[in-house]
Amino acid sequence: MEKIISEKNISIDIQDISHEFGENKVLKGIRLQIGKGEIFGLLGPSGAGKTTLIKILTGQLSQCFGKALLLGEDTEKLSNAVYKRLGVMLENLGLYERLSCYDNLKVFADIYGVEKEAVLEALKRVGLYEARKRAVLNISKGMRQRLMFARAILNDPEVLFLDEPTAGLDPGVMKEIHRLIEEQSERGTTIFLTTHNMEEAEKLCGRVGLLCKGKIVECGRPKEVCAKYDHQRQIGILLGSGEKMFFPNGPEAAEKMKQLLLTEKIAEIHTTEPNLETVFLELTGMDLQGQMHMTHAGLATGGRI
Amino acid sequence: MRKIRTIFIKQLKDTVKNKAVLIQFILFPVMAVIMENAIDIADMPEHFFVLLFSSMYVGMAPLTCVSAIISEEKETGTLGMLRMSNVRAWEYLAGIGIYVFALCMAGGVVLAWTGEYKGRDMGAFLLVMAGGVLISMLIGAVIGLASKNQMSGISVSVPVTMVFSFLPMLSMFNEKIRDIAKFVYSYEVQDALGRIRETEGLREMFREGRPLVLALNLLIAGILFGFAYKRSA
Repeated sequence: MEKIISEKNISIDIQDISHEFGENKVLKGIRLQIGKGEIFGLLGPSGAGKTTLIKILTGQLSQCFGKALLLGEDTEKLSNAVYKRLGVMLENLGLYERLSCYDNLKVFADIYGVEKEAVLEALKRVGLYEARKRAVLNISKGMRQRLMFARAILNDPEVLFLDEPTAGLDPGVMKEIHRLIEEQSERGTTIFLTTHNMEEAEKLCGRVGLLCKGKIVECGRPKEVCAKYDHQRQIGILLGSGEKMFFPNGPEAAEKMKQLLLTEKIAEIHTTEPNLETVFLELTGMDLQGQMHMTHAGLATGGRI
Repeated sequence: MRKIRTIFIKQLKDTVKNKAVLIQFILFPVMAVIMENAIDIADMPEHFFVLLFSSMYVGMAPLTCVSAIISEEKETGTLGMLRMSNVRAWEYLAGIGIYVFALCMAGGVVLAWTGEYKGRDMGAFLLVMAGGVLISMLIGAVIGLASKNQMSGISVSVPVTMVFSFLPMLSMFNEKIRDIAKFVYSYEVQDALGRIRETEGLREMFREGRPLVLALNLLIAGILFGFAYKRSA
C-alpha cells in the first residue's frame, strides 16, 4: 500500500501480518496504515478475517508472523497507558446481563479511573439516560449495541475499534449508531470499523479495505475504489411495457440503445454505477455476505430481466 | 488495588440479582440453623448438623461459585472486555477470590454462632473453615479457567463438589470410605471442627500430622491453579 500518511500521524501500523489457526490461514500478509482521526472500514464477508485482525490489533491474540503497532506500541506488548487510550466494541465482548445500564458502565469507569459524570454523559450521548436503571437483561438489542458503544467511548479513546457495530439492527438504530460514530470521529478519534454493509462503509469511511480470505484485495477511498472499476458501469433501460434491460457500458451499448429507441417505447434510461459490493464481487467472485456469484464476465453480458 | 475493588463491588451487585450463586452462600448456614433448632435426637453428637453442613459448605459453595463466576464471564465475553481494559488476570482473580472468601466466611460466622463456638473456639473454627474455603476456591478457579462456557464448567464442578461435600458424611457410615476420605480436605475440615473444643483431641490431630493433609491439599490445588492460570493468563 502506498504511504499516504506521515509517520507521526499513524495510529495503526500493520506490517505484513499473517495468522493461522492450525491449517487454516486466516490472514495473509496484511499491510495497512491508518492515520489519526481517520475512519477506516474493513469490508469482507463473515470468515474473511476481520475479527481476527481486530483481536491482533487490540492485543487479544498474537499473530503468527509480522508486526503491528498501535499508537506506536507493539500490539503484543501493549502498555496500560495505551489500553487507557483505546475503545473497543466487539461482537463477542458482552455486557453484565443482571446489572443495570449505569452499573455496566460504572464498572469500566472505575477501571479507567473515569468520573461518575462521564458515565452519565455517555448514557446521554447514546440516548440511554432514561433507561440507566434498567437491567441489561430487559433492554432491546439496539439498546445493547448503544450501551456497548457507550462503554467503548467512556474513556474518550484515541482509537476506537468497532466490530460489526450495526449487525442485525433495524435501519432506525443503525442510523443512530452511524450518527454516534460520526460524532466520535469529529472528536478526533481514529476509528477502525469492520462491516459487511457496503452502504455503511461508503457513508462513514474515509478509506476502506476489501478483505477476502485473509487478503486485502483493494484499498482506498470508497469513491476512488469504485471509480477504478468504472468499466462495470451499466446502462439500465425501462421500457414502456415495464420490462427492464441492462447493458454493460461500452461502444456496443450505444448501438443497442439506438435500436431500442427506434423499435420500443422507452420510459426511463439510467446508469448503474459500480459500488463497493460490485467491486468486491468483481475482485473475489463473491458478495459481501459471502455468497458465490458468477464473475464479472458472466454478469456483464447484459440482457432482459 | 482500584481494579480489584471494582471487581469486588461489581460481583457484590451481581450476586444480589444472581439467585443461583446467592443460594450457594446461604443454603448450608440456613439449613444448619433450622436443623439444629428443629431436630433433637437422643445420642446425636453435639452440634451434629453444624459440623455436617460446615464441611459440605466448604466443599461446595466456594468451588461452585468461583467456577460459575469465571465460566459465565468467559461465556458472555465480559472477561474479555475486562482484559481489554487492562485488568490483569491476577487482579480479576483477586477481586473474585476476595469476594467469595468474604461471603463464605460470613456464612462460616453463622455456622460458628449456630454451633455455639465462642472466643478462641470461634477463631479456630473460622481458621479451619478459611483453609478449606481457600482450597475449594483454588479448585473452583481451575475448573472456571479450564472451561469454555458455563455449561462445561457446571458439568465438571457438580461431580467434583458432590465428592468433596458428601465424602465427610459418607465416611460416618463406612470405614473404607473414611480411610480414603482422610486424604481429602473436606473430611479433615469436618474432623478438625469437631475437635476444636477438645484440647486433647486437637493435640492428637497435630501428633498424627493431620494438618499436613490440609497443607498437601492446598499445595496440590495451588499447583493445579498455577497450571490453569499460566495457560489462560
